[in-house]
Amino acid sequence: MSTEPPAGESTGLTRRTFVATTVAVGGVVAAGELTAGASAFAAAPATAEPVPSTRVSVTVNGRQLTVTVDNRTSLLDLLREHLGLTGSKKGCNAGACGACTVLVDGRRVNGCLTLAVRLESAEVTTIEGVANGDRLHPLQQAFIDRDAFQCGYCTPGQIMSGLGCLREGHTGSAEEIREWMSGNLCRCGCYVKIVRAVEQAARWK
Amino acid sequence: MSPQPQKAVGSPLSRVDGRLKVTGQADYAVDHDVPGAVHAVVVDSSIALGRITGIDTSAAESHPGVLKVITHRNAPRLVYRDNPVSNNPRGRRLRVFQDDQILFFGQPVAVVVATTIETAQHGASLVDVSYEARQPTTDLAGRPGDPLLNYARGDTEAALASAAVRLDREFHLARNHHNPMEPHGTIASWDGDKLTLWDKTQYVIGVQNEAAAVFGIPVENVRVISPFVGGAFGSALRTWPHVAIAALAAREMGCPVKLALSRRQMYFTVGYRPRYQYRLRLGADRQGRLTAMAHEPTYETSNHETFWEATLFLGQMLYNVPNVSQTLRTVSLDVNTPLWMRGPGFSSTSFCIEVAMDELAHELGIDPVELRLRNEPTKDLSTGLPFSTRRLRECFQTGAQEFGWGRRNPKPRSTRDGDWLVGTGVATGCYDTRRARAEAHARLDAGGTAVVQSAASDAGPGTYTSMTQVAADALGLAVREVEFRLGDTTMPPAPPQGASQLMASVGSAVQDTCDKLRLQAIRLAVGDQRSPLHGVRPDDVVVIAGRLQVKDKPARGETYRQLLARNNLTHLEANGGYTPPAETPYSMYGYSAVFAEVGVDARLGLVRVRRMLSVYDAGRIISPKLADSQALGGMIGGIGMALLEHTVTDHRDGRIVNANLADYLVPVNADIPELRAIYLDGDDRKADPIGVKGLGELVKVGVAPAIANAVFHATGRRVHELPITAEALL
Repeated sequence: MSTEPPAGESTGLTRRTFVATTVAVGGVVAAGELTAGASAFAAAPATAEPVPSTRVSVTVNGRQLTVTVDNRTSLLDLLREHLGLTGSKKGCNAGACGACTVLVDGRRVNGCLTLAVRLESAEVTTIEGVANGDRLHPLQQAFIDRDAFQCGYCTPGQIMSGLGCLREGHTGSAEEIREWMSGNLCRCGCYVKIVRAVEQAARWK
Repeated sequence: MSPQPQKAVGSPLSRVDGRLKVTGQADYAVDHDVPGAVHAVVVDSSIALGRITGIDTSAAESHPGVLKVITHRNAPRLVYRDNPVSNNPRGRRLRVFQDDQILFFGQPVAVVVATTIETAQHGASLVDVSYEARQPTTDLAGRPGDPLLNYARGDTEAALASAAVRLDREFHLARNHHNPMEPHGTIASWDGDKLTLWDKTQYVIGVQNEAAAVFGIPVENVRVISPFVGGAFGSALRTWPHVAIAALAAREMGCPVKLALSRRQMYFTVGYRPRYQYRLRLGADRQGRLTAMAHEPTYETSNHETFWEATLFLGQMLYNVPNVSQTLRTVSLDVNTPLWMRGPGFSSTSFCIEVAMDELAHELGIDPVELRLRNEPTKDLSTGLPFSTRRLRECFQTGAQEFGWGRRNPKPRSTRDGDWLVGTGVATGCYDTRRARAEAHARLDAGGTAVVQSAASDAGPGTYTSMTQVAADALGLAVREVEFRLGDTTMPPAPPQGASQLMASVGSAVQDTCDKLRLQAIRLAVGDQRSPLHGVRPDDVVVIAGRLQVKDKPARGETYRQLLARNNLTHLEANGGYTPPAETPYSMYGYSAVFAEVGVDARLGLVRVRRMLSVYDAGRIISPKLADSQALGGMIGGIGMALLEHTVTDHRDGRIVNANLADYLVPVNADIPELRAIYLDGDDRKADPIGVKGLGELVKVGVAPAIANAVFHATGRRVHELPITAEALL
């Protein structure tokens, strides 16, 4: 878990985050910390109706943010397209594959099925917030040790789901892990080793 | 040249890119941060055949944030010159937004470009397309087949007529979709007439050539970057239309454009393993020796391209059959074109041959392993060539012992475990060893570290790691001192990561390049009066842990760092490559024996794989830890093919009805038991300089029939159709 202190509104944001969040409202809603300033994309139609959007205060990987989001934005798209956190992956955008799994208030959720507007005061942990600086979380290390991935695309979701599985205590047996890790598809076929990795991390606990 | 000790190759290293992948830092295609990029979403056809009669884009265009809607009405004409490089099949490839014709369901008809992804998606839903639809034909039985290839040896019909035992079976294999976890996606950016593409691809050079052909620009004007690929299994071996759409949109917009396909679109526009209908007849004597095989496979292709895959090889070379005939047909349907999927051709054919072999064994009362051993050829009967290596017999012997095959009661439906009927089955796997021209570049820096590069791909097998291992040994460096880079057309050319040819080809190129670089350093040292190695024969020098030393007198030597520092060199560098010989006087294949145990619920017909073991003759194993993962992954892919995967088309309108990951079933964690892979020790230097035979395809071939044969043994029910569903067993 990242121990980085809350950055106090927008001060900790990169330029990319700033611009992306501005783009998120098409340069129309120009109020709030992150949307002040000119539209990042000058070609946006100036006469357009404002897109319904909402201000949300959310903590992402220990950093507190206030963002104005298009109401249609999923948590996954907020992370990927607006906050520059591309570690969470879009595999199906329909809750069927688990590649977008993140922790919200400690519970695993599919980022693609969660609207960003419902995250007021929530604490979100993504794959980028799992290691402690350079020190990997034991589950991350276990994924490397057990070779629990090939292409790596489902891996962030598997690890976030594995963290949930560990927290929930569903690691009593290989069979139990298999069952509770079945919301995360791996097309390369690393299931046997994903189970071993979760077992290894459970022993470390 | 003195051989280098092999320390890295063959040792069970963890992936060198592991840390990037477990921290979310590995950038896949649309993860790249390209400043100023806007979003594009494709609108696809809701009919399978006909023409567009109208497109109303006004609602989309007036939606806040939508920047442009491109359709065939406002798209510029594109060049689409012929392109023999990019794995385009014979025919006329789809040309995006160039006319009003609809050739298949889901064909792109428009693209919406907008400032945000939300807006682009919403905008796409507002594009109103009207069509004049004609009745499509999408069923394999709906049109006659067109002969594609024939083969014959001996007199198969006469041999069949006089055979003591005959079998005549028809098999049906469902269409499968690759479904890599990462949907295909591209970011396109123009700088004048120079195009950069961040793309999901198994073949950066293929994308480079296709993009150049589509836009009529010189190949060198296109740069393709693809450092990480989130799985592909063949789907990213050619350049699909969305790449051209992204580039077209970027050119029209004058800014970078990011386009990712939805999971649903992945079912319509990026290929699939074609549906097969396969008639197979065999003849044998009473001892189970095959006398004849007649193969009549038919698979689907599109109305605009003729897809080819290696359907016929297995039937010609796998067993000692004197009389063989083959007629391959394709059926041209109103669908998108198929594309090679893991073990292309072989996976499908092997199901038919290996199930038929099991039936023959059962009919004759011969053990299925023994039956295969009785049909082992001494040479490749299709070419007359000797095998470079063929250790299939050993695969079966090792596998039978490790699996406990000897304890098997051959009688079907003879073993029960509670509600479960338990059975075991076996099958042969095989895939040909391919090699292609590849080049590499290596640079040794004054600090004693090296960077090696080639425009290869890593869709999961572990190219970064395995190439690092080859390079480290050839340079005499530790793995951590070598960095391998790939996935960029500015690097020396590499073949596609397909047909299991990458390791043999690029691995041999990397070895050649690093050998040259090492020799350059050795020559510098032995010619340098200030070097302790001065005057030593280059052949007597080896490099160990970054230190050049006399082979038999290790105390005499110096490090790369000392050598370069003294000569005031910042680096040494070398180019190298590998060109396979025009003709190799051997038949080259990898082999496996696949053993499976299944349980079938006697009342529900539910099939569960209980355990599997595969034994491989795959030549030299560069990276054992990763090779093990690849094997297990192949087995899991095979379990999907055997029991779950089935793309279902509604033939009334040509729509795929299960175009999502909830209804197109793939194996999940709970479907998979402990699996085991054994690689026979060995290598095959006749195949290529580094002695490998390729893994990616081999590990999937033979899995589905082993499971099908186990299902028969468990239940007494023979299924000739994939996937094997509960319905078929009730």
